[in-house]
Amino acid sequence: MIGHFLRLEWKQYFRSSYWQKNIVLNILLVLAALYFILLFLGGGIAMYPILKKMYPDQDPFVVFNGFLFFWIIGDLFVRFFFQKLPVMSVQPLLTLPIKRSTVVNFVLGKSALSFFNFLPLFFIIPFGLVLIDKGYDISMIVIWMITLLLITLINNFVNFIIESLSSETELSFLPIIVLVGGLYGLNYFGIISFSDLIAIGITSIINNPILLIVPITLLLAFYTLNYNVLRKKLYLDHSLKTKTKEATSTNLEWTKKFGDIAPFLQLDLKLITRNKRAKSAIWMLVLGLLYGLFFYPQKIYMEMEFIFMFIGIFVTGIFLINFGQFIPAWDSSYYKLLMSQNIKYEKYLKSKFTLMVISVIIMFVLSIPYVYFGWKILLAHFAAAIYNIGVNSHVIMLGGSYNRKKIDLDQRAAFNFQGTGAVQWLIGIPLMLVPMGIFALLNFLVNFQTGVAVIIALGLMGIVFHQKIMTHITQRYLNSKYRMIDAFSQDT
Amino acid sequence: MIQVRELSKSYKGVEVLNLPLLDITRGESFGLVGNNGAGKTTFFSLLLDLIKPTTGYVTSKDIQVNESESWKQFTSSFIDESFLIGYLTPEEYFYFIGDLRGQNKADVDQLIKQFEDFFHGEIIGKKKYLRDLSKGNQKKVGIVAALIGNPEVIILDEPFANLDPTTQIRLKKIIKELTENREVTVLISSHDLMHVTEVCERIVVLDKGEIVKDIRTSEATLKELEQYFAG
Repeated sequence: MIGHFLRLEWKQYFRSSYWQKNIVLNILLVLAALYFILLFLGGGIAMYPILKKMYPDQDPFVVFNGFLFFWIIGDLFVRFFFQKLPVMSVQPLLTLPIKRSTVVNFVLGKSALSFFNFLPLFFIIPFGLVLIDKGYDISMIVIWMITLLLITLINNFVNFIIESLSSETELSFLPIIVLVGGLYGLNYFGIISFSDLIAIGITSIINNPILLIVPITLLLAFYTLNYNVLRKKLYLDHSLKTKTKEATSTNLEWTKKFGDIAPFLQLDLKLITRNKRAKSAIWMLVLGLLYGLFFYPQKIYMEMEFIFMFIGIFVTGIFLINFGQFIPAWDSSYYKLLMSQNIKYEKYLKSKFTLMVISVIIMFVLSIPYVYFGWKILLAHFAAAIYNIGVNSHVIMLGGSYNRKKIDLDQRAAFNFQGTGAVQWLIGIPLMLVPMGIFALLNFLVNFQTGVAVIIALGLMGIVFHQKIMTHITQRYLNSKYRMIDAFSQDT
Repeated sequence: MIQVRELSKSYKGVEVLNLPLLDITRGESFGLVGNNGAGKTTFFSLLLDLIKPTTGYVTSKDIQVNESESWKQFTSSFIDESFLIGYLTPEEYFYFIGDLRGQNKADVDQLIKQFEDFFHGEIIGKKKYLRDLSKGNQKKVGIVAALIGNPEVIILDEPFANLDPTTQIRLKKIIKELTENREVTVLISSHDLMHVTEVCERIVVLDKGEIVKDIRTSEATLKELEQYFAG
């Protein structure tokens, strides 16, 4: 039975159009995986000397165990965003003579083979070997390694519970933030010292291997929990009778002010507010707005003025980038309708453009408080906003005319690579690096003011030639009409 | 009304449709039948300029559909669920289509009112998004949306599939009424020979992309078609 399943999995993976059409993305993912493996391997080997150097009068092994709490929550955090829920198309299997428990066990077992469970081993094993080499007791270190492996697997299953929770409640990544943030906060403010507790726990397990029973029991408990949740979902009615949420009607009469693009504007606003995938563009606004706080409080960045422009483009353009990169794929599921209706392509695109411009203005206004870190930042953000409106909005729509990937609006949003093709990766270059490059160069050669002025001038030029540029972009969309219809009607 | 000349469509060298000559007159109710893969949906997609013809062309009211877009003003269609916008309620969808076809809310409301019994109380005012409706109800929405804005050409692909018997009967009535005054041209495809012969005055049978029969519907048509398909 397992053999059958494995063959199905294999075919599903390699015959999916996703694999076949997305070579670039796959190569990038493999490179990323290799990079992290090397990073972990290096970390595992170098950890002992590093700790020795940083804490010369403490036992590196004990110090490391003290940090395990952060390892665990970090692992959970990363998993949430990058590890996918184990999926298998079970519907065709339900009527075949296969036990439900076999299917569930297979799905869960498969998830244990995830890359995210192997990655830590690249750290744990070399670190353990170094420790043994330094004269630590072999049996002790082996038990330590086993414990860490168990913790990794526990995290694996805890993550699925969190993920299914957040996917059902549409809270996006709120649960994980609350959980990880809460644990971290409790620990940080010394209310409950998880790092000490975990360090003590690990030490006792090492000294008394019988206590391994604790992580094993935990693992089994979480496995069973997942098993029960999944088994319940293994009925047709679960997928057939999707919980129908009551439709909310919103009054969007005010959009009439925008004239003949109003129908599309209304449609876009509903698109954003009523679909999981699109809703994330709103969540990203918050993230984008706070992005500057990662940099500005630090002195080193305050001296690198070119970074202001980068952050300015990012902060004021976060919605533009997030929403714009999937034009017109947002409408991919009903693209045929739009193409056979009596619509003007120009109006359709203008609605998207208007939405992006409004977002840039709002984001700029919201980012004004950054002036606290200096007036230069405000000026750079202002220039970036103008550039976003005049240049980036057009660039991203032009990029959209090369869009050939459908997206499913109901899919989970964060770090969902569906609909991502080479276009989305390449578009980032003109969008962010070009303005930053121009600004950095002028700032270096002439001065700050000239850099800002040129960026603003470029933006204004885009605004002046808006009509001309739009006509050109519209033509591009019209030219690729058939190819888009064809691509959007294929299942990914 | 619609003229087809030397129209063909090939995918990777395999011809899936080849219609040297076909004329459909104004006010005709035109039925298209054929087994799976006969080219029905391909033909409709070509009429709507959703795919590019390999050779030849289609004109609608003397407008070549892949050259100009002005045929869209008097043409409406429902091919499949990809013509629906899942995150809208049926009302919002109707108003949206209405907006595109130059109809205000009142016009749309008035039209929808005529289809109250067709909807059977399951569509309007239910506060459900289209994606949450059953296949049959989605189809009803799509068909009615295709009637908004007084179109002169209406194209419906498999309108009877997925509908319950009561709705099928009502739909037949609607189609008959549409073509009564010989103003509206209706093109439908179907696998159900009985329904097509009942509503269409002309039936064309496609097989492997070619026209094999072109019949004026009469008493004997159903028999003839059944015999043909029994092969």
